[in-house]
Amino acid sequence: MRLSVPISVGGWGRFFSRWDVLAVLLILGLLVFLAEASRHLLQPLSELQRRPVSLDPANLPEYAARTTLRMLIAMALSLIFTFTYATLAAKNKRAERLLVPLLDILQSVPILGFISITVVFFMALAPGRVLGAEFAAIFAIFTSQAWNMAFSFYQSLRTVPTELVEASRNFRLSPWMSFWRVDVPFAMPQLIWNMMMSMSGSWFFVVASEAISVGNTTITLPGVGSYIALAIEHRDLTAVGYAIATMLIVILIYDQLLFRTLVAWADRFRFEQEPGALPPHSWVFDVLRRSRLIDRLTRPFAVLWRRLLLARWPERADPAKREAPASRHPWITFQWTAIVAGLAAFALWQVGHFITQDITLADVATALLLGLATLSRIVVLIALASVIWVPIGVWVGTRPQVANLVQPVAQFLAAFPANLLFPIVVSAIVALKLDPDIWLSPLMILGTQWYILFNVVAGAGAIPAELRAAAVNFRVRGWLWWRRIALPAVLPYYVTGAITASGGSWNASIVAEVASWGNEHLEAHGLGAYIARETEAGDFHRIVLGIAIMSLFVVVINRTFWRPLYLYAERKFRLG
Amino acid sequence: MNTALLNIHALRQTFPRADGGELLVLDGIDLELAQGQIVGLLGRTGSGKSTLLRSIAGLMPPSSGTITYLGQPVVAPAPGIAMVFQGFALFPWLTVLENVQLGLEALGLPEVEIRKRALAAIDLIGLDGYESAYPRELSGGMRQRVGFARALVVHPNILLMDEPFSALDVLTAETLRTDFLELWGDGKLPIKGVVLVTHNIEEAVLMCDRILLFSANPGRIIREIAVDLKQPRNRLDPRFHDLVEKIYVAMTARTPAPPRIGTAAATVATTIDTILPRVSANLLSGFLEALAAEPYNGKADLPVIADELHLEVDDLFPVSDALQLLHLVEVEGGDIKLTDIGKQFVEAGTDDRKKIFQRQLLSYVPLAAHIRRVLQERANHVAPKSRFFDELEDHMSTEDAEQTLRSVTAWARYAEAFAYDDDSQTFSLENPT
Repeated sequence: MRLSVPISVGGWGRFFSRWDVLAVLLILGLLVFLAEASRHLLQPLSELQRRPVSLDPANLPEYAARTTLRMLIAMALSLIFTFTYATLAAKNKRAERLLVPLLDILQSVPILGFISITVVFFMALAPGRVLGAEFAAIFAIFTSQAWNMAFSFYQSLRTVPTELVEASRNFRLSPWMSFWRVDVPFAMPQLIWNMMMSMSGSWFFVVASEAISVGNTTITLPGVGSYIALAIEHRDLTAVGYAIATMLIVILIYDQLLFRTLVAWADRFRFEQEPGALPPHSWVFDVLRRSRLIDRLTRPFAVLWRRLLLARWPERADPAKREAPASRHPWITFQWTAIVAGLAAFALWQVGHFITQDITLADVATALLLGLATLSRIVVLIALASVIWVPIGVWVGTRPQVANLVQPVAQFLAAFPANLLFPIVVSAIVALKLDPDIWLSPLMILGTQWYILFNVVAGAGAIPAELRAAAVNFRVRGWLWWRRIALPAVLPYYVTGAITASGGSWNASIVAEVASWGNEHLEAHGLGAYIARETEAGDFHRIVLGIAIMSLFVVVINRTFWRPLYLYAERKFRLG
Repeated sequence: MNTALLNIHALRQTFPRADGGELLVLDGIDLELAQGQIVGLLGRTGSGKSTLLRSIAGLMPPSSGTITYLGQPVVAPAPGIAMVFQGFALFPWLTVLENVQLGLEALGLPEVEIRKRALAAIDLIGLDGYESAYPRELSGGMRQRVGFARALVVHPNILLMDEPFSALDVLTAETLRTDFLELWGDGKLPIKGVVLVTHNIEEAVLMCDRILLFSANPGRIIREIAVDLKQPRNRLDPRFHDLVEKIYVAMTARTPAPPRIGTAAATVATTIDTILPRVSANLLSGFLEALAAEPYNGKADLPVIADELHLEVDDLFPVSDALQLLHLVEVEGGDIKLTDIGKQFVEAGTDDRKKIFQRQLLSYVPLAAHIRRVLQERANHVAPKSRFFDELEDHMSTEDAEQTLRSVTAWARYAEAFAYDDDSQTFSLENPT
């Protein structure tokens, strides 16, 4: 199974449309709004009642359960977001024009930098303070999961085969029914794959969101993340070991109980079957399916679900009419334009007000320069990771047995938060008197390089047996084989993986350019370190500036480099 | 028998074009479907017959004109009109039974009734025992049976069939056709009329009571042919053969229609914006060779040579169109004949063939001549594809423009008239040396 491209690749044409500009403006406006709100809320919350987190490993099961619960709630929210946002974007032409660029920009916003703002905001919103912090943590995890799921769902909805759509209309399925009977099943395999990726990726954010200090406010929620933070603060290597073991177990449980089951169940939704591919297996799924008890227990829900599916909703306008050109409904067009214009104006005012307050041109220049430093790190790291993982990925991908072993390991490694390596890295840098500007960098790509491996493995596995046989037959070997067969065949997959890896690395830089182990603090020069520092200082203006500049870097690189490269690879090297 | 199920009057369908204009797909369609009739819509690719079927299904509201079903205008999918799809359009995540039940569930019937009717339809169409199978476990023929059962189960008055047998192999298609006709003849089907889209002339003669022939770009009804042979019909019956012949003649006849038509019948008026058929140069020379050889010796009856070479109408007409366009053959009265240049071509060796082909191409395909002229005028002899693409798009749909450029590129490559580089998307005069 292949990841869907994590950015919008609508087509060639201009790099930026006016809708992109609008999307940037709206998101920036929202950021500023939250930051402003949070800044004023920060003072009264100076000292939060702290629930002490203890390093006693006996607490770990409880912490793991709490962390898991947060991740699952975030996942449920992400699903709701996916089903509504992506559906609206796919079904409504007018909404699509704004929602897709919005999503594209949203997912380039470094959420790690954003957490500080949302924490304060949610804590002020919620009546009980712990609840507010819980909301903030769940929101942070949600933002790390939702975007790529929504993107995948949107792309699936756009590619539902025309005949199926026509058949469902011909048999007059209600929009509600065709959503659950046609759209969701069609999108399901790709969506589940993205859910797995999201779950892996969100571990990173768990660690960052459970223990956070903004200015004088310190929030600690009991969980694996805060346990790790505490272990690092106390320089307790054994505790770090416990944390790693706990994570491993939780990830394994997820994989066996949840995702494997889902994948096995979703196999029926696969639209085309690759010949020769074995259907995925899951013992949990087999047990569930065969157990009479489970059958009896779930039957009422199944009946209820069926009733709900068949529910007659008030007749709505036929989809054909909704496709009608916008000009036919001048009043609605006017309303829509008015709402968008109003929002844009408000966002513009917010941003304008914000900029004139405190930020100087020198600040912007500094942030841009630091951004260039981080960019150069990421370029080098992606290049390095590619040199290492592409050959290995091809080697693994052309050997299905090895691939089956490697995939789960890589999946675990992708979930591995960089913080857990701080002890080793910081100690090594201090002991060997190394330059943190160089040696902290590998942490950035620690979790994201695996996306390159995943995708290359998938790409190499998809090279048709006939092509490989032809290569053997013509004695194409060595460098020629790599240059003419392996590399072109995996290029579209590689690009998809590299886009994910590069986007993720920007986000990770906020954690990875600053590392500490007990009272040793190391800092590299970069935009990530800048955001981390300003977060600690509680300077909301500069946090927003850092986030905005980082988003700008990500968006510009996606549009000017990755998108053209992806389209080129897709056109030229797509097999079959 | 005298009440019409369906009335179509002065139907016009247009699609919006990229440049804001409109592309005319169907024009001036009048059609009446009486009870107990099977009406066939026969035409080549691009004749809009599928568009007409989708209009009847309510999937595309008419741009102008009216479609009336039992006195009600059709602007949205109407109850009582069900469709069988070319690619089956089964939901792969639903079992055979669930697929069949789907249409009934949408009607909001009680569950007992749904189950009863679905099982009856499955039984009728010969799917017993397959109820719990998923579509992917079935062969093409069985899948299309599910398609039929799913359409019949809602007890439609009108059954729409969009080339329902064309994705099946010859034998399976024949079995399914025969089964359908038998059920229809015995009055076992809960339907009152059928509209069948096909590009297979024999299939149309085999199944239909009336056949409407369509011209292409835009689609118009050029002729109506009544088939009054008794069912079951016999392909070997001379009257059957005559009808097939008659349809071939009609479909290759020079149409008095406006000149800008992508068919060879209008070669006289071929212009830059003629839509070119998508045929490879290889197929063209292969067909010419077959035509020149025994038993045809340069002149053949179209249905006969089509049958012999296993070409369906959709394969045959593009070939004959292209050859006619290049003045390598003449088509008249259902016969296809080599021209003198066509004969020279067949007798020549590879290099001479290319020369002849280049001469014909540049003389009779204005687009090829145009591209070459532009390339010659430019100092570096290079021009981007987009330059010509935009030009074509002013006159035809994006797909047609794409196809036309592809065809002219393929022919020009064979003729070595000019080269095209897909990486840089440019035409040039230079061939790689």
